[in-house]
Amino acid sequence: MEQRDRSRYALLGLTAALFVAALYMVFMWVPTEQQMGIVQRIFYFHVPVDWVAFLAFFIVFLGSIFYLWRRDSRWDTLAQASGEIGIVFTTLMLLTGSIWAKPIWGVWWTWDARLTTALVLWLIYVAYLLVRAYASDKQQGARFAAVVGIVGFFDVPIVALAITLWRTQHPGPVIFEGGLAPSMLATLLVSLAAFTCLYVVLLRERMAQRATETDLAKLKESID
Amino acid sequence: MSFWRKALAVTWKDALTELRTREVVFTVLVFALLVIVIFNFAFGTTQEAVALVGPGILWVTFAFSGVLSLNRAFVAEKDGGCLEGLLAAPISREAIYVGKMLGSLLFLVVIEAISLPIFAFLLNLPVASGPLLVTTLLATIGFVAVGTLFSALSVNTRAREMVLPILFLPVVAPVIISAVKASGLALSGGSWGDVGGWLEIIGAFDVVFVVVSYLIFNYVVEE
Amino acid sequence: MVNAAAPRAIEVSGLTKVYGDHPALRGIDLRIDTGESVVIFGPNGAGKTTLIKALATIARPTSGRILIDGLDLKDRAEDVRRRIGVVSHFTYLYGNLTGYENLDFYARVYDIPRRGERIREVAALVEMTSRLHDRVASLSRGMQQRLSIARAVLHSPSIMLLDEPETGLDQRAIQIVWSAIRGEANGRRTLVLTTHDLERGSALCDRLVILNRGRIAYEGATCDLDADRLRQVYESSTAVRA
Repeated sequence: MEQRDRSRYALLGLTAALFVAALYMVFMWVPTEQQMGIVQRIFYFHVPVDWVAFLAFFIVFLGSIFYLWRRDSRWDTLAQASGEIGIVFTTLMLLTGSIWAKPIWGVWWTWDARLTTALVLWLIYVAYLLVRAYASDKQQGARFAAVVGIVGFFDVPIVALAITLWRTQHPGPVIFEGGLAPSMLATLLVSLAAFTCLYVVLLRERMAQRATETDLAKLKESID
Repeated sequence: MSFWRKALAVTWKDALTELRTREVVFTVLVFALLVIVIFNFAFGTTQEAVALVGPGILWVTFAFSGVLSLNRAFVAEKDGGCLEGLLAAPISREAIYVGKMLGSLLFLVVIEAISLPIFAFLLNLPVASGPLLVTTLLATIGFVAVGTLFSALSVNTRAREMVLPILFLPVVAPVIISAVKASGLALSGGSWGDVGGWLEIIGAFDVVFVVVSYLIFNYVVEE
Repeated sequence: MVNAAAPRAIEVSGLTKVYGDHPALRGIDLRIDTGESVVIFGPNGAGKTTLIKALATIARPTSGRILIDGLDLKDRAEDVRRRIGVVSHFTYLYGNLTGYENLDFYARVYDIPRRGERIREVAALVEMTSRLHDRVASLSRGMQQRLSIARAVLHSPSIMLLDEPETGLDQRAIQIVWSAIRGEANGRRTLVLTTHDLERGSALCDRLVILNRGRIAYEGATCDLDADRLRQVYESSTAVRA
């Protein structure tokens, strides 16, 4: 097996193992939380998904900066792949937040600081992916997307600030607050690791796909 | 300083064009009036209704007027191919950005200066408050800083008019949220202390985004 | 300084420009001396406009190097822009402003001293003095292009890039345009011209270059080829499987 294949399978194996461990810990091992009951277990998926959504955007930001600086399309491939994965995780974040809110608060949506920021992040992700379709050619699309990626990244913390300030003046249902017992912390960390590895796996697969697409396009061009 | 001279030459050109055609300001003013009338029928003009919805109406009007005005910012440059002419001229891309941005800022400030008294008149809003005016000015700066960047982007794409609302409004959301909040507080008699937190956020946005847009503009206009 | 001679007007090495998946220029090497005039022929899509844009610093090269008057476009772009004047089928004029206001704007951008005087000078050069204070949008295409030339020579550039400048112009306008372009320069003005008109192009210039699919397919002096031979060379250089 090639070096790249070997590392690929190793990572895949690690991710699978971590997920098995995480699932066991979330559903079998960690004790049920007092206040919210079984539903609280969603927390162990919601927070990691949350983390990956923001991590993915950070990678979009880095890829965008390097692409504009170096003009190497591989950075754009990285950024775009991360953007596609990121929007999926942001969607998951909104969904898990929603699933959590319904039984606890009785509402499908709460303008909780983190969820609202996630909503805006989701919209920025959409902008990031959509602007490529609006551009007149792929390279311009990559350039414009990089601009959106950079602007968006600076935007998200400011959005979070604004919404947090709003929430302190209009308190309402909050998705999660409060300390963690050691067993909960351990479960959370394992789940975090699992989802992060999943992100890396998906990122690499998507980038490999993209690379193949580019090679194909180049071949086609040289035949013409 | 030649940078400022050239940037202001761009601003002056835009101002001259607007004075000549009066396109942007009139369109937007009519739009503002329309919004006021519609909201009036939707919410009524009782004191409670106005206090509740007033700030929102104000900023929806400004935001959409802003989008309309920004949409036009680079259209004239595209028409005669003028943007190319500017790119081939010894004026830095950053100076073009600053010139355009100041031009849009000027238009929006004029629009706001005319709209606010109209709001005061039709909705009985006490607009002559320091906090409100400063909020409006600061928020407009942030709006225009990012808006100019996206306007240049949009004019190079196929879906021009759709680009700004879809791509730009989410990014400028924190400014609008903060402006609505601060305006609400100011309109119900709040002091500087009350709106302080919000002004800080708008201020932070302004600083970050004027700098970021200034630096990135080059990548949007150059092929 | 090893080389004491004045730098060449234009020196292009290995220029490529790729738009997305489409390579518009695939490696151009070109040397143009000061005072020379070169015409670039080629079918649509050959890369003529892209080459002009790259020289005009409007489009950034994907790879390769461009030196204008010895200055590298990458780090001395602003100095380069002072020396070049660009004319294309775009007028680069703002329709809602008058000719005077347009020229005044560009005069500020190009740092031209004694603006008013210079504006009147170039307006006279293109015979637009009487219509100088009319809105550009109200002028005919020919007059707009004349104003566009005035704009292009405002800063007395030593190099002019002309992308199909005669499009849509009548004889009179064409005459005026060329006398303005050649006029003030005392033969030291370098010209790069693109056009579809083979005869016209070779009559106007010293050298010709034929571009096809992003590469130079032929290069030579215009006096070496008569009209028929030129047509033959053009056909063979731009044949589909060139």
